Amino acid sequence: MSRPLTITEKIIQNHTDNEAVAPGDIVSARVDIALGNDITAPIAIKEFEAIGINEVFDRKKIALVPDHFVPNKDILSAKQAKMLREFAKKFDIENYFECGEAGVEHALLPEKGIVLPGDLVIGADSHTCTYGALGAFATGVGSTDLAYAFAFGELWLKVPESIKVVFEGKPKKWVSGKDLVLYLIGKIGVEGANYMALEFAGSTFKHLGMSDRFTISNMAIEAGAKSGIFEPDEITEDYVKSRAKKDYIFYKSDEDAEYAKVLKFNTESINPQVAFPHLPENSVDINEASAKNIKIDQSVIGSCTNGRIEDLRIAAEILKGKKIAKYSRLIVIPATPDIYRAAAKEGLIDIFMDAGAVVSTPTCGPCLGGYMGILADGERAISSTNRNFKGRMGDVKSEVYLANPAVCAASAILGKIAGPDEVV
Amino acid sequence: MIFSGKVFKFGDNIDTDAIIPARYLNDSSDENLRKHCMEDADESFPSKVSKGDFIAAGNNFGCGSSREHAPRAIKVSGVPVVIAKSFARIFYRNAFNIGLFILEADTDGMDNGDILEVDTDTGEIKNKTKNTVVKAKPIPKFMSELVNAGGLIAYAKKKIREGKK
Repeated sequence: MSRPLTITEKIIQNHTDNEAVAPGDIVSARVDIALGNDITAPIAIKEFEAIGINEVFDRKKIALVPDHFVPNKDILSAKQAKMLREFAKKFDIENYFECGEAGVEHALLPEKGIVLPGDLVIGADSHTCTYGALGAFATGVGSTDLAYAFAFGELWLKVPESIKVVFEGKPKKWVSGKDLVLYLIGKIGVEGANYMALEFAGSTFKHLGMSDRFTISNMAIEAGAKSGIFEPDEITEDYVKSRAKKDYIFYKSDEDAEYAKVLKFNTESINPQVAFPHLPENSVDINEASAKNIKIDQSVIGSCTNGRIEDLRIAAEILKGKKIAKYSRLIVIPATPDIYRAAAKEGLIDIFMDAGAVVSTPTCGPCLGGYMGILADGERAISSTNRNFKGRMGDVKSEVYLANPAVCAASAILGKIAGPDEVV
Repeated sequence: MIFSGKVFKFGDNIDTDAIIPARYLNDSSDENLRKHCMEDADESFPSKVSKGDFIAAGNNFGCGSSREHAPRAIKVSGVPVVIAKSFARIFYRNAFNIGLFILEADTDGMDNGDILEVDTDTGEIKNKTKNTVVKAKPIPKFMSELVNAGGLIAYAKKKIREGKK
């Protein structure tokens, strides 16, 4: 009788030649997609060249998405983007996206049906864990790992233990995937799941859409996790069926699979969360945050965490017919060209611009302090992005507070950290 | 291997933005990485660090982004070993992949400027200044193979030469 397995163990096992895998095993796993961006792929390309073989393992299983500093913010970043373009041309890489087709990688690949349930995905970007939302095993690696995968189509992995995280009950109005994951990180800490897989479950997710699942899986890394996975269901099926470029497999954990821990939370008691500087674990209830009367200079709505159309709709619902506070900025960044276009068609862009926001083309930009919204010393931002480390969005003496798009929109209107109920 | 040098001590949760801020990630050259290594945690680090010095830190060193620029910046600054109570996982794998030693050990007794002698084979860390010894967690076999081969690319080349790929 073989031992019962988690979804993570099953996916990994089916990508190896091993007859069995267990947490702690170091295995060589075949990858379905190997992803790089304009910051990480240049090093990977150099390392790939250093290996000394002149072909990639599979031109259809590599994705190159220039998104961090694209459209190029300066000459040096233009050189990096050029390296991706030349590599893509040389090896006829199928999933290369030129500026105009490109968007924030972790919003783009699911949208295009390139990453699918049951896949094993590695990406030289820590938020590669986003694809766990689809029921894929997806994890962030480094550039050298990516070079190795470009060459051989496989990678060494340690099979992780899993923590099961169960959210039960219907979320309150304005409570989204972002709030649940900030709440979780607040409870377990930024290394609470280091080296482990988070597996999300519970009735709450019948009330939320794919977009919330992407947000939650996306921030698994902020608890140190290797991955953050959901068992695929009919919500997943609805999302992938019209997009999938190839066959996909729904894996499920065995009922008696072993977990390092099982954590249970009552969603009905959770309010929107705000993570204070300088760690995502510093999350507090919006009422507590609002009471502190924290003035903000900038609000950012976008990123691989919260730059999907659902996020923009929520922000627009709050901003409609309102103006942002004087002397403050609101930067809205649709995560992909399709999202940008949908937002325009639905009239959301007009709502944002009428409110006084600037709407940027898709880019990671300000999330990592790249460009398109950098903070000066002493400035403070509230952001729907994923990290609030010291200096993350600009000067080392600036501050970032993390929240959902509704809270970011409400805060932009009042010029201080505020909940949606204070403006709607 | 045995290394000897002085300690630069940092706290918990030193993230990759502190190790090498994203504003410098438009250039992955060694020179650029060396110039800005640890800048947002200690502005004076790039000018003070000498070849052979160590970084010692608390928990969760290298958390955040997957940028390999972080361990590379440390390596090209001449730091042969990073010692921390724990490491974030992507940093951990990146360090081994590029041939930077990292040791998990109790760093509470290490202070800025302490002189250490570190044996990466035995994991023994002698604090010459304080006359104390701590032992690091053993490095898993596969990881030490990687780092002894000079990193993942050198390991891959060796496999190709041996006809295993």
